[in-house]
Amino acid sequence: MNKSSPRPVPASIDATVALLAEADYLADRSLGTVLYLALKMGRPIFLEGEAGVGKTEIAKVLSATLGRRLIRLQCYEGLDVAAAVYEWNYAAQMIAIRVAEAEGEQDRARLERDVFSERFLIRRPLLQALTPDTVGPPVLLIDEIDRTDEAFEAFLLEVLGDFQITIPEMGTVKAVHPPIVVITSNRTREVHDALKRRCLYHWVGYPSAERELAIVRTKLPGVSKKLSEQVVAFVQALRKQDLFKSPGVAETLDWAGALSELDVVALDPATVSDTLGVLLKYQDDIARLEGSKVKELLDEVKSELRAAE
Amino acid sequence: MAADQHMPPKAEGRIAENIVYFARALRAAGIPVGPGSVLDALEAVKAAGVGTREDFYWTLHAVFVKRHEHSMLFDQAFRIFFRRRGYIDQLLAMALPAAPASAPRPPEAGATRIHEALFAGVEDKLKQEREIEFDARMTVSDREVLQRKDFAQMTTAEIAAAEDAMKRLILPLAEVRTRRLAPHPRGHIIDIRRTLRGSLKGGGDFIDLRFVGPKTKPPPVVALLDISGSMSQYSRLFLHFLHALTDQRRRVSTFLFGTRLTNVSRALRERDPDDALAACSASVPDWSGGTRIASSLQAFNKQWARRVLTQGAIVLLITDGLERDADQTLAFEIDRLHRSCRRLIWLNPLLRFEGFEAKARGIKTILPYVDEFRPIHNLESISALVQAFRRGNDRTADPKAWVQKVA
Repeated sequence: MNKSSPRPVPASIDATVALLAEADYLADRSLGTVLYLALKMGRPIFLEGEAGVGKTEIAKVLSATLGRRLIRLQCYEGLDVAAAVYEWNYAAQMIAIRVAEAEGEQDRARLERDVFSERFLIRRPLLQALTPDTVGPPVLLIDEIDRTDEAFEAFLLEVLGDFQITIPEMGTVKAVHPPIVVITSNRTREVHDALKRRCLYHWVGYPSAERELAIVRTKLPGVSKKLSEQVVAFVQALRKQDLFKSPGVAETLDWAGALSELDVVALDPATVSDTLGVLLKYQDDIARLEGSKVKELLDEVKSELRAAE
Repeated sequence: MAADQHMPPKAEGRIAENIVYFARALRAAGIPVGPGSVLDALEAVKAAGVGTREDFYWTLHAVFVKRHEHSMLFDQAFRIFFRRRGYIDQLLAMALPAAPASAPRPPEAGATRIHEALFAGVEDKLKQEREIEFDARMTVSDREVLQRKDFAQMTTAEIAAAEDAMKRLILPLAEVRTRRLAPHPRGHIIDIRRTLRGSLKGGGDFIDLRFVGPKTKPPPVVALLDISGSMSQYSRLFLHFLHALTDQRRRVSTFLFGTRLTNVSRALRERDPDDALAACSASVPDWSGGTRIASSLQAFNKQWARRVLTQGAIVLLITDGLERDADQTLAFEIDRLHRSCRRLIWLNPLLRFEGFEAKARGIKTILPYVDEFRPIHNLESISALVQAFRRGNDRTADPKAWVQKVA
């Protein structure tokens, strides 16, 4: 498949799930439904979930399979209009003013019009997303919106509600075809209802054992079937433990990859303890699994796997 | 594929009606569903076309649910509302000629079930909720006396006056620097945009430099209020205090805990303090019961800390610290709480007693982990607290002094 060729949006929920599967993203039906609706209704999609469950990946996969440009806006505290929307090219404006002066330009209104024109405008991600593109409206990824502050959220309301941006010096820029907007949040802060109201909401949870196994098998075909089964079963068992931060899918993939790099064919307590840092990122969680706990869990997992065979 | 174009108008009306009723059921169950969402839902169902029950479920879910917590309520409401075997399939196939008039409503049995599930024990709580018993002999409303009087010994009239005074308190909490810039006369960065626009107004002959500097704003406040039996004389007044605080500032989260943790931030946002307090008590199942500080803190750390303690939050822990089973868990959880906020302030009404010593095990466990230890039992101590927020650090609130006193 030529990934860069532009394609129309899928026509049904099944087609949406199939489209994601093309790029090795195994979505469950609920996610497929929300994505399909977002594409069909032209609504932004708001994805919330723990870190490492594949929220950002959805935007990347959409842009790759639909052949659209991906515009990414990584949010951070203090993100302002100049970094997110547009900025004037001040150096060029200064030169233009000097030149006008040298030429003896007297009309101030005209000078101002000239200086604040398209020519001196630097487009940042949000404005870029509203600009028409030959291959179709781009995918706009607003990543980790919870990292920015409320002031910026308020600004997004205009962009997401009407797909337009008002530049005081120039006027309003409105998208002819609205972009596909994907917003992600790790929920380190509650995002305001007014913003959520404009979006379709979806909570991205941890996958079921079968789906997680399928994900590992597709993403890491080099890892043996037995090892991937054990890895997935162990991670699933870990998520049932009372941990401060449960491992996400990204961690499962990292761990399976790491184990296969170490030429491990089957899990044993010592290897698990040594590589636990790939899965768990809090010292308290690692401490909780010290000693015989890993062995207990592993024995449980193995006996379950044997029973399932 | 979407058969919506061929949908007879009558059947479409039927499904619309059902969605409207369903939205009403959701609203009753506590999910905020506005009329806009109903229109969205209709559009979404049309867009998704006729599908399976699961597709229909997720279509409505995408529109109506805007918070992860609401997922469970939605699931329950959906199952009860569309529980009749085959009813939904009929509905989706648009083959339903005319349902009985009462059919779209949640059936009686289901209604009670969801009511039970969603509002478990609210009535009991309202009954249990103990009114503070007042001594009506004294009717002194002199301000001076009021200032020093312990909340626990106040009469009804005095409490009303205290509430009134609290409403008028202005809380100038110390502001923190943000990474955002704002126009500033003595700023350190040149604001090229304003400079250029300013100079263009004069024709570009003069360039008058404008500056920006860091913007400050009050940090978020998170209050954890103990509402167990031993605190019952105080908790209502503190709620008034927190309501006044919520009224003035945007980022205040309030949690109540006795045996379990309840988030009442939304309820406190009601304009009227009495409405707000009524909403609070309606959402709390354990008013004036026992207290489990450790497990409540654990719940907070696990479910909320990462969501409300960002951007340099100040935590106000309002409890007497009388925990019977003060063990390692309590120390662990309070330590974690301390490490995940900018400042942990413990407000303890027990400090009103002259000879207070940190002897109780719970108090001894918590003390080493807090940044400030302050009394909160009368209006004077609340004003002192307000002053302390303004000044920042001072010696009187140093928890180490209390630990040493016992040792």
